[in-house]
Amino acid sequence: MASLSPKGNARVARSFSTLIEKVLRTRGNRIRNASETNMASAASRSALPLASSEPPEAVVVRFAGDSGDGMQLTGGQFTLSTALAGNDLATFPDFPAEIRAPQGTLFGVSAFQINFGSSDITTAGDAPDILIAMNPAALKTNVMELKAGGLIIADTGEFNDRNLAKAKYDANPLEDGSLARWQVLAFDISALTLESVKPFGLGNKEALRCKNMWTLGLALWLFDRDRQPIVDWLKAKFAKAPELAEANIAALNAGHAYGETAELAVPVKQLHMAPAPAPEGLYRTVTGAEAISLGLVAGAQLASLPMFFGGYPITPASAILHHLSRLKEYGVTTFQAEDEIAAIASAIGASYAGALGVTSSSGPGIALKGEAMGLAIMTELPLVIVNSQRGGPSTGLPTKTEQSDLYQAVYGRNGDAPMPVIAARSPADAFDCAIEACRIAIQYMTPVMLLTDGYIANAAEPWRVPDMSGYTPFPAKFLDHVPEGGLKPYARNEKLARPWIKPGTPELMHRIGGIEKEVNTGHINYAPANHQAMTELRRDKIFGIAKDLRQDIAIGNDNGKLAVVGWGSTFGPIHQAVRRVRRKGHDVAHIHIRHVWPLPENLGDLLKAYEKILVPEMNTGQLKTLLRDQYLVDARPLNKISGQPFRIAEIEAAIEGMLE
Amino acid sequence: MNDLTTLTRPRAETTLKDWETDQEVRWCPGCGDYAILKAVQRTLPMIGADPANTVFVSGIGCSSRFPYYVESYGFHTIHGRAPAVATGVKLANPDLDVWIVTGDGDGLSIGGNHSMHILRRNLDCQILLFNNEIYGLTKGQYSPTSREGTRSPSTPFGSVDHPAKPCAFALGSGARFVARAYDVAKQLPDVLVAAHAHKGAAFVEIFQNCIVYNKDVFADFTEKKNADEGQLWVEHGKPLLFAKGTKGIALDREALTLKVVEVADGDWQNADVIVHDVTNRAIAHMLVEMPFGPFPMALGVIYDDPAPSFEQAVVAQNEQLARGKTPDLQKLVGTGQTWTVTKDGPVL
Repeated sequence: MASLSPKGNARVARSFSTLIEKVLRTRGNRIRNASETNMASAASRSALPLASSEPPEAVVVRFAGDSGDGMQLTGGQFTLSTALAGNDLATFPDFPAEIRAPQGTLFGVSAFQINFGSSDITTAGDAPDILIAMNPAALKTNVMELKAGGLIIADTGEFNDRNLAKAKYDANPLEDGSLARWQVLAFDISALTLESVKPFGLGNKEALRCKNMWTLGLALWLFDRDRQPIVDWLKAKFAKAPELAEANIAALNAGHAYGETAELAVPVKQLHMAPAPAPEGLYRTVTGAEAISLGLVAGAQLASLPMFFGGYPITPASAILHHLSRLKEYGVTTFQAEDEIAAIASAIGASYAGALGVTSSSGPGIALKGEAMGLAIMTELPLVIVNSQRGGPSTGLPTKTEQSDLYQAVYGRNGDAPMPVIAARSPADAFDCAIEACRIAIQYMTPVMLLTDGYIANAAEPWRVPDMSGYTPFPAKFLDHVPEGGLKPYARNEKLARPWIKPGTPELMHRIGGIEKEVNTGHINYAPANHQAMTELRRDKIFGIAKDLRQDIAIGNDNGKLAVVGWGSTFGPIHQAVRRVRRKGHDVAHIHIRHVWPLPENLGDLLKAYEKILVPEMNTGQLKTLLRDQYLVDARPLNKISGQPFRIAEIEAAIEGMLE
Repeated sequence: MNDLTTLTRPRAETTLKDWETDQEVRWCPGCGDYAILKAVQRTLPMIGADPANTVFVSGIGCSSRFPYYVESYGFHTIHGRAPAVATGVKLANPDLDVWIVTGDGDGLSIGGNHSMHILRRNLDCQILLFNNEIYGLTKGQYSPTSREGTRSPSTPFGSVDHPAKPCAFALGSGARFVARAYDVAKQLPDVLVAAHAHKGAAFVEIFQNCIVYNKDVFADFTEKKNADEGQLWVEHGKPLLFAKGTKGIALDREALTLKVVEVADGDWQNADVIVHDVTNRAIAHMLVEMPFGPFPMALGVIYDDPAPSFEQAVVAQNEQLARGKTPDLQKLVGTGQTWTVTKDGPVL
């Protein structure tokens, strides 16, 4: 944790580690008790598909349907309901790249997974316990991930010959016994929905659109949830079309009533999950894109600067542009540029003119911005570049997650072009990371890259609304007079930062640009010794940031058999995997790196205190290479490049493999 | 002419000397850029510009060295991107007086996209495009404005592609001010004054003689002996006359094109010569498309019809949407799907 990070930042992190430690200390007892009671009750209502090997402190539900079925909406509302029930949760939306994929096709399936429980949750869960499949394609693309013994809820109304053919099923899987590993609850949700909304006189198509609310109603019943918040939300959403609101509410109620009264084919009973312990306070759900937007606004406000955001539409980064474009009263100007290069170039121009310039994109767009990043490095102007990583190279996997832009972030420019890189680990963490990026950019007069990814950008998690008065302001300072000894645009302060001089300031006219600058004066200078000196200055300035950074340990001791080192959104699964292995009595530590570049000053010594180092990453080993390069340590990779986040079990297995 | 012009800043009293920097100018001896630099430094006192409030933004190329030689704020950016950087500068501080200096390669090849969009958006700035029909800084390759058949290191057997026409490009992109001049023209400062007076993007193509790689390529109309027949200086409200008033430009109403007409005894009305109207977009299109040879080169302010500028619109919308709202960061972070965890559990 950076000693200079805002107070609130450090405090949140501290309380988080305290919580984890507390959980770890008490876990032994609690788990035993919990598993005894829950296993006993699970036996009595054997139908609830909670895998027996795991204590049922958490349940994973996946809603899957056609991209037109409203699964993301259903998931979002189920998330709110879960939060209100006091459960901790994490979600993972997984939707197709196609805007309107042909109905019923395998590639048109949209899914939303939620993991919720009575203790702290940091991942969207490994395998689902419950799969709600709205059509054959949704079943086919998702069922193999369902836990053995898990529950399938399927809409028979959609399992017709046409849809079965589109999903490439030769026979109806609901009837041919191929789903024997799981429990199947199949009934005609379509017909039941149509029946429930009959009084509202909707057309067939519109009536069927209420299917997702019917299903949500059933899910709410299943977990003993209050329907009122969803009813209120529907009323607000369809304020202009009250008949649609009423129809959806009727469908929701009908789904709920069905669970309560119908004789279900398998004996499913309600599960009431105890709330997870959470500190008192105001909470909200937040996605990474929202948290980054809010963090950028907060960063600009803490710096007392107007913010200029130059963006160009790209998945999955556009959401940040969308959020910020609504926040004009916070001094935010958003500019949808003609291309990625103009987006960053305009942000550099705005920083030059005295605003906090911010740009955002995803891998391919970041590649286009590379030359301009060099300009910001050369002209030493503050700039925040948000990279919402996605699967690459080239267009790659626009809607899938990957963390394969670490090389690009740290090394991906011409020349010796050092730039700080910060990586967010979760949607909520992205808020503090964005503030930290703004702080470094302004205090060190440098572009900073903030790495997030498609998973963080889209996933939602509960967030305890921070107390903004806990953050230390870092007001920007502009040079406004000719200093003693004359104007030197490339003079250095104690951080090696040059002065920020706004055009419009009398007597301080000067010229900057991408050509090598002379030490102090900033004039054009091609002299060999000057280039050597300037290259070293730029390097030392960035390395100097590390002096304020201390790498902490997420779990475990500061030495031992194995350190599992991660960055970015793999935090959740690594954390859970390390906890599980430690519970089995193994000496394993989890080190999570937020400051990817420069690396915290003590990281090298810390890593050398462990016998082995494992680096799980959603790439082919980029942080692993960085650590080997910087510290000559034998960091071992664990790589997943499928466009899907790690499962806890995958990392757990790799850890155990390393310990053998 | 320009109703939208508002002089919000007091006039600064400066002389040409005040606009010179201590930097050694590094253009080739005899380069047309020297004359353009002097013309700009002569113009800035004329318009009452304040060095502290003036920003020159350039891309890459010989022309883009320009900001180093003007005693104001200057930003020598990257190839083709000056319009994008300038857009950020102007949006962040609309009070700044922004000049963009670019070239035919910088502005129409690598930066063509940005040129199009800055003109379409109508950002309030002056865009000076130095057109020498060659890549000078990279040692003489043909450029997007080079004429067909241009022999260069990259086209040793002559170029085969059609050249871009900067002013036609500008008009096609939606420019509200288009003017043309050449490096040593004595009228250049007047053209620049008009460009500065125009609120919005003012596009000025300046033919510039690259004496090393494309020497005298414009001599057909810039040389003194060719000036009368080769130059048509257009002026609002005046007839389109050249060759000492013996020839004029008229509209061929059948073909809907322009034509050169003889003017006898100064009776241009009789010859149906067009009176120039800088707000006539159709005539502007025709003037910039006139093929040189059969026609003279149209110079001066060809089109000037202001419209609301981009940064004004952005600022107005920002202000309108922020009006009556108090920024409250604490409230902002606590907005959305919220609930409160109390001693008794979560409540909405």
